[in-house]
Amino acid sequence: MSITYLEAIREAQAKALAEDSRVFIYGQDVGAFGGAFKATKNLAQQFPGRVIDAPISEDAMVGLAIGAALEGLRPIVEIQFADFSTICFNQIVNQAATMYWRMQIPCPITIRLPCGGTSGSGPFHSQSMEALYAHYPGLVVMTPATVEDAFSMLLEAVAIDDPVIFCEHKFLYYHLKAESLPREALPTGKARIARAGRDMTIVTYSAMVHESLAVAEELAGEGTEIEVVDLRSIKPLDTDTVMASVARTGRLLCVGEAWPWGGVTAEVIARVASEGLNLLDAPPQRLNAKDTPVPYHPNLWAAHRPTAHSITIAARNLLRL
Amino acid sequence: MLRSVASQLTENEGAVQPQAFLEAYRWMLLARILEDKLASLYRGGKIHGGVYLGRGQEALSVSVGQSLRKGDFFAPLIRDQAGRLAFGEPLVDAVRTYLGSPVGPMRSRDGNVHRGRPKEGIWPMLSHLGATIAVVNGVLLARRLKGIRGSVGVASLGEGGTSTGAFHEALNQAAIEKLPLVLVIANNQYAYSTPCTRQYACANLVDRAIGYGVQGHRLDGTDLVECLRVVGGAIQRAREGHGPQLVIGELLRLCGHGEHDDAGYIESRLKQSPLGRDCLSLAKMTILERRWADHPQLETWRQAAFKQVENTIIKVQHEPPPDPYQEDWTVLASRHLTEMAHLERTSS
Repeated sequence: MSITYLEAIREAQAKALAEDSRVFIYGQDVGAFGGAFKATKNLAQQFPGRVIDAPISEDAMVGLAIGAALEGLRPIVEIQFADFSTICFNQIVNQAATMYWRMQIPCPITIRLPCGGTSGSGPFHSQSMEALYAHYPGLVVMTPATVEDAFSMLLEAVAIDDPVIFCEHKFLYYHLKAESLPREALPTGKARIARAGRDMTIVTYSAMVHESLAVAEELAGEGTEIEVVDLRSIKPLDTDTVMASVARTGRLLCVGEAWPWGGVTAEVIARVASEGLNLLDAPPQRLNAKDTPVPYHPNLWAAHRPTAHSITIAARNLLRL
Repeated sequence: MLRSVASQLTENEGAVQPQAFLEAYRWMLLARILEDKLASLYRGGKIHGGVYLGRGQEALSVSVGQSLRKGDFFAPLIRDQAGRLAFGEPLVDAVRTYLGSPVGPMRSRDGNVHRGRPKEGIWPMLSHLGATIAVVNGVLLARRLKGIRGSVGVASLGEGGTSTGAFHEALNQAAIEKLPLVLVIANNQYAYSTPCTRQYACANLVDRAIGYGVQGHRLDGTDLVECLRVVGGAIQRAREGHGPQLVIGELLRLCGHGEHDDAGYIESRLKQSPLGRDCLSLAKMTILERRWADHPQLETWRQAAFKQVENTIIKVQHEPPPDPYQEDWTVLASRHLTEMAHLERTSS
């Protein structure tokens, strides 16, 4: 039996609905249709009245979730594409994220954002938005890279009393598979050493974990052992694990699919530089998408974001510094 | 006098009782006296940030607070002092939030009109107009899912707020779900300095109701009798399951957008028109004409309100300000997920 990343998300939602009567799902096409990506397939039938179709109103969808959370429910809002979350950005950062700070009342909502690029998706169906949400105080931002984490972190997101931005990666939906669902997991806030190494640390998250692992495999053949750190959540960001890794390897390459200005890679490097400069044997490096909207054509898209190929080049360069 | 046109209530629906009228008047009086005092504190430099008053809108606002029941949900906006008091918000909350007391409901973290007690049914506004309406929808939908019947939710707005996408989305959402939402729009003719002609192009805002598939009501917002009747009737309609109600009260803002604004742009013809009448004075005249109370009684009430405001302000002025070193700078309920250590090292 194998289970895909997308199926793991569905299983997590089914489990949440079954075990916690406070949970409901709200989004476009999530009901009978089962969701644009089938993340809620059959759930409306299994849990009548708790998987609700929304109009195309992201602002009102999140606002409604906030009100429902005040009444003690645990809404999961599915935004059809992360890119559309700019419409509900205000509700997320100014109303949900400030609720506990202003009112001392927790806001236990989960916003699922299908993030990241797939071939042919273009500028408005490909974005990686985690940095925007991490920037605002009051949010937890998760970026699961594995089938197991997609499952357990979504369950944890629902259980967490604060607003969680769950950045699931569309590219991983159907092609990433695992043997079975996990019974245990690292807690949120802990990064995972996806591959142990000695010569360099690649800190990354989400789909780029797999590109980075491919690079580590390749360079292992040349005698270079790369440690890959999967951040899992970018807020809170597990600085301790990153520091410990850099202490072991002395070289840091941060890889992210998002744009370069002020993203996760910038944040990791800022922390390492300010708290562990002496641990570094070379200047810290980062690799991100080009500073342009995400292009449509596969040829352009392939050159726009980091791939195993461009990460390999960056890693080799770092070894020489 | 502006008649209630386009209201779907019958003439007798929600007829007003003297006791209710007098109670409403007293809340309006208290709101006015408090706000006059806040304005004077502001001019004396005693208030940090802005002061936003509801002068001229008390009748419409108080009708909301008075018609709602305990257990209902209210998302007031900027000019709802009277409605908040009638709904049960303690006067001291307003004073504490304006004076920034850490003992107030927002604990110095937010100020002036951005206050509320959500567990007691009052949602603290944010300044992105229209954003609170969907929150009311969420409360109402959640209650429905939990099997709780009979609640109503009210969100207040000005005509300017009806221009936002958030307003549109939330009203549409409420209509689709047929929620017991009542939207009370104070059309006070100006959004800051922007007149209605630059805010909407339809002849009357109430005409939008048909477009959303909800019931609409338009009334003279200066007339407390009408306000109690129409707002009360709309709330009752919602409570009985007729779906969202859009209530438009026509009136004039009798103050600046904030006390920093002299409102010199408000046209004199509006000030001199029936729209520009002071609802508090009108209500007082109604009481005297109908002999529901006499001058000495009104004066007693006025003095009691004045005393209550004075004493509350004196009390709050003696409360110490917040201490940043005693403050718990934690932004998540899940403390273990808060990034304190690393971020503190890089900030002041």
